[in-house]
Amino acid sequence: MILGNPFMRIGIFLGAAVLLAVPFLTARADEPLVFKLTLKNHKFQPDHLDVPTGQRFRIQLTNNDDTTDEFESYDMKFEKIVTVGSTVTVRAGPLHPGTYKFFDDYHPESAVGTVTATEGK
Amino acid sequence: MLASLLIVFREVLEAGLIVGIVLAATEGIRGRAAFIAGGIGAGVLGAAILACFAGSLANLFSGNGQEVFSAAVLCVAVVMLGWHNIWMAKHGREMAQDMRRLAGEVAEGRRSLFAMAVVVAVAVLREGSEVVLFLYGVAVSTRTGFLSMLGGGLLGVLAGGVLSWLIYRGLVAIPVRRLFAVTTALVAILAAGMAGQAAALLAGDDIIPAWGYQLWDTSRILSDGSLLGRAAKALVGYSDRPMGVQVAAWLATLVVLLVAGRAVSATPRSRHPAGVSLSRAGH
Repeated sequence: MILGNPFMRIGIFLGAAVLLAVPFLTARADEPLVFKLTLKNHKFQPDHLDVPTGQRFRIQLTNNDDTTDEFESYDMKFEKIVTVGSTVTVRAGPLHPGTYKFFDDYHPESAVGTVTATEGK
Repeated sequence: MLASLLIVFREVLEAGLIVGIVLAATEGIRGRAAFIAGGIGAGVLGAAILACFAGSLANLFSGNGQEVFSAAVLCVAVVMLGWHNIWMAKHGREMAQDMRRLAGEVAEGRRSLFAMAVVVAVAVLREGSEVVLFLYGVAVSTRTGFLSMLGGGLLGVLAGGVLSWLIYRGLVAIPVRRLFAVTTALVAILAAGMAGQAAALLAGDDIIPAWGYQLWDTSRILSDGSLLGRAAKALVGYSDRPMGVQVAAWLATLVVLLVAGRAVSATPRSRHPAGVSLSRAGH
């Protein structure tokens, strides 16, 4: 039983899905605020950052451990695999005032750190 | 051991929730076991391959390779879920009336099954590559006690699998005529959640505009970090501090799927099911 034209309907749906999937690829202004961290012996160095509120920033993490790590923060919504010896950059903010946790999801007991966002910095 | 059990359990559960819904949504379609098993197998294989290339993948797209890849596979899953729902809208009534009637439409059923196998593969691939990387790290680490951690990881896989199975059994305990309505809604919300996550991944790396950050904060009620929060993220795309584009993608996908499903099931058909009481099963 062939009802109408199912391919047309699927086509319309696919078109809509693609439109959703690929919105406007616009580049944003460059962000000068970068913080550098390292992971060694499953500890962040430094394990605390002070950032201004209301501003987007980046954290650059280099993994100096002998295992793959996953740089993650529920509070700041990033999650990135960092293989041995490599460096990744995550973006976060703009944050409201407060303290935000980050961690290595593969070593959450030892590798933890915080970001504190304060106004007028 | 407990720590590694928890880490692996969480990832397996996230994928398992999706597999559970797919199993419930394909209940009654002939030959689905092979497709779902194939999807899981492909996902595991893909996860192992992905884990091997994690380093090089990360360097693609100026360091955003992981996010772009995840967003792309999520979008594929969204399309496949949408396809399945539209197919179900067409055939749900007949299925509710007589499961076996579908035997005559095996060829078309296969297409929907293939779509759902892709969804399963994507879910297993995403969470699986994290499990593989974690367990690999445990296995090669020089620290003592890695056997117990490995054991914990394997127990985590088992526990996640069992819980997912229970969720599936719980879903199919719903009477058949209501099951289609329930799974259609679940699949639509699942797709919306995946679209939202894909948008959040891309906006998180500034690839697409975010349309506002931290629109609200419900982390005190349900935190993204809690097990329940993670499950809600996997199932409905929950985020305790969402971005604007994430909410927009979520809503738009849901609306598109509901409208498309309605349009298809409202199409006049050559053959009406005799059971009048079943006429709403397609919605």
